[in-house]
Amino acid sequence: MPWIPRGLRNGIVTSGYPRTPDGYGAGFRGTVEVNPDRAAQVTDDVMNACPTHAITVEDKQIQLDRGKCVLCGRCVNMVPQVFRFSESFATSDLHRRSLVVPSLKEGAVALDAVRDSLARRVKSLRRSIHVRHVDGGSDGADEWEVAALTNPIYDVQRLGIYFTASPRHADVLLVTGAGAAGMAESLQHTFEVMPEPKVVIAAGVEAISGGLLADGYVTREGIASVLNVDVYVPGSPASPFGLLHGLLMAVNLLPPTKRAIGSEDCSSPTTWERT
Amino acid sequence: MMEASSTVSQSFEAFAGRVRSHIEVGARFAGLMASANGPATELLAVLSQSGSLVAERTALPEGVWQYPSLTPDIPSAGWYEREIFDLFGVAASGRYPLEPLVLPLASGAGRPRPGSGEELPFVTLDPRAPMTRLNGEGVFTMSYGPVRSGVFEAIEYIVETPGEDIPSLNLRVSYKHRGVEKAFEGLSVDDGVLLAERYEGVASVAHALAYCGAVEQIADVTVPMQAGFVRVLHAELERIVNHLDTVIRHVEAAGQAVAFSRFSLHKERVQRLRARLCGSRFGRGVVVVGGVSGPPAIPPTHLLLDLDEIEAELARDTKLLMSTPSFLDRLRGTGVLSPMTVREYGALGPVARGSGMLEDVRFARPYAAYGRLGHGLLDVLGEGDALARQKVRIQEIDGAFGLIRRAVEELNEFGGPADGKWFVPFSSVSGDALGWSEAPQGELLTWVQVRDGILTRVKPRSASFHNLAMFPFAFPKDILTDFAFIEASFGLSIAGVAG
Repeated sequence: MPWIPRGLRNGIVTSGYPRTPDGYGAGFRGTVEVNPDRAAQVTDDVMNACPTHAITVEDKQIQLDRGKCVLCGRCVNMVPQVFRFSESFATSDLHRRSLVVPSLKEGAVALDAVRDSLARRVKSLRRSIHVRHVDGGSDGADEWEVAALTNPIYDVQRLGIYFTASPRHADVLLVTGAGAAGMAESLQHTFEVMPEPKVVIAAGVEAISGGLLADGYVTREGIASVLNVDVYVPGSPASPFGLLHGLLMAVNLLPPTKRAIGSEDCSSPTTWERT
Repeated sequence: MMEASSTVSQSFEAFAGRVRSHIEVGARFAGLMASANGPATELLAVLSQSGSLVAERTALPEGVWQYPSLTPDIPSAGWYEREIFDLFGVAASGRYPLEPLVLPLASGAGRPRPGSGEELPFVTLDPRAPMTRLNGEGVFTMSYGPVRSGVFEAIEYIVETPGEDIPSLNLRVSYKHRGVEKAFEGLSVDDGVLLAERYEGVASVAHALAYCGAVEQIADVTVPMQAGFVRVLHAELERIVNHLDTVIRHVEAAGQAVAFSRFSLHKERVQRLRARLCGSRFGRGVVVVGGVSGPPAIPPTHLLLDLDEIEAELARDTKLLMSTPSFLDRLRGTGVLSPMTVREYGALGPVARGSGMLEDVRFARPYAAYGRLGHGLLDVLGEGDALARQKVRIQEIDGAFGLIRRAVEELNEFGGPADGKWFVPFSSVSGDALGWSEAPQGELLTWVQVRDGILTRVKPRSASFHNLAMFPFAFPKDILTDFAFIEASFGLSIAGVAG
């Protein structure tokens, strides 16, 4: 009995996201943004300092692969004129190539096609989405962030998203971890028994690219070596809001304006001057 | 060179004799680690004698692929011997059946041999590696995992049961073996911190501390006092949030929906506070070799106010939970670990403390600023059941809030370092050392070998690895429905076991 009033104690703590933007993020390292006009300042030292070789410069064009970035902040410390942390968590994308920012013009058309095809596939799911999480060789932190989605702040049930025990009830396969060899068979089996339509999400840079563990004796380049991935959620680990963004993207439920954030390059020179 | 007293034996027999003699006079067996040195295999046994570390070392020369098992005398050596066989191909002969533990490879396959510097191509695993089975009338085997109901790390429990009791339990942790130890090879000491943080992600700060502790010994640098306070701040927040996670898993298993929401909310608030302090919800990037990356990002007064609010709300809910009979009944008498098992296995952390073994690295071998901030003594709890382990954690949460408050106050008083540097730079180093910290799961040891600033071998020995070996012994009178509670009460991370 005494628990009932306790549950009411703090009123509503649940986020309004995605209907309304969420204020959370102050100081949070969501992603790294790139100032495209400062390629000259990205020296070999800067590129070599990146522990996952996520930074490249070709033809004076800086490229940062968010699918590899572990958010260590070395580049931000070395050349703050070029790289900076952003609180944005809306970095999920439908194409591995689109995680490389600033996005190249020719990529945009292909992405629209991928998005439309996924939208057609998941149309029948409407607002009842069952998610099966499988650990594909994570460091353990990823599971905490996935589990956080059921806490009162994120409360994914309000959006019709449920975690399910059986893969046979699942619409979404949410995979964390580097795609360890020992989990390959279990991952494939889980995917096979899921009914159509089904979507695969790679959560965190380990799942996307292997991160710091890429190309080991039991890991290659994330779970893509085991499964076809539909949605990529960067982060090390992917944050709860990042996961939520990726889940909504997977089932085509992001409000139209929000959907653009992930693929859009946020680094216009004017915003750089202001900060 | 090691800060721990270290002896090198010329033969394995002499080494084993010394290890046994330490055990005979009451030392705790803390681990057996290996490192490939060319074709030879170095062995390092670590023992704790009243809180001080003793290291025993020897090397198995080229061509020696067997050594007499230590397990008949020291049961907790069993898992270490299995791990060493999986990674190095060197087998312990004797009574103990060498089932694969972290890496099931077919016999004759190449082994990673961390420390060798040689790359191993992508391996083929032997998915149906042998495993000891119980035989008896009416006993059947239930396999649970690696894909389990709920959001869990991958592990398979093999439960052998005639119906309700669990006379035998075995586990397979190899599913999520990631080869992290091999991935350290060739990294710079600075990059090594990033990987250490990801060895067992829920204890990132503790792993960074143990790793940096070892490197700082090798480089002979003293961390600025202020950096020590920041280290304590983040390590204790990590402890609070890990212990809260075990509470959440307990109340979830007990079906306490409101308590589940409440404690999940508290945990999220601490995670958000950590993100506001350093940008990462897991305290990553704070601890660097030689100190910390910088001061907390929010002023001490704000931090203390936030902390007061979280603590007050949490304390109220904890008090109610610990007087909710339907919750306590599920924990009381569940998963009893006898003091004998705990001593024999040299259990660590809250699992040990729940059975009356109180050693805590923070106070036995103070690191960061713990020596300065003082002692948090526990009330002695010796029941050894899931409830005792939970009470230990609740006391430790209280203690952690106290330590954080003192660390923040000291930080406030002393201000930043005089020269503005929160870490001591150091030049390229060579050597090897053992670092340590008290992770939320228990004592963490990290063995680091470095040559000219490049890592040749890093071996973190997590408390999760050491404690999980005792898990099968925690079911003396328990039935299947107790399983979730006993698992939660161990509070371990499988990433830290599988490596």
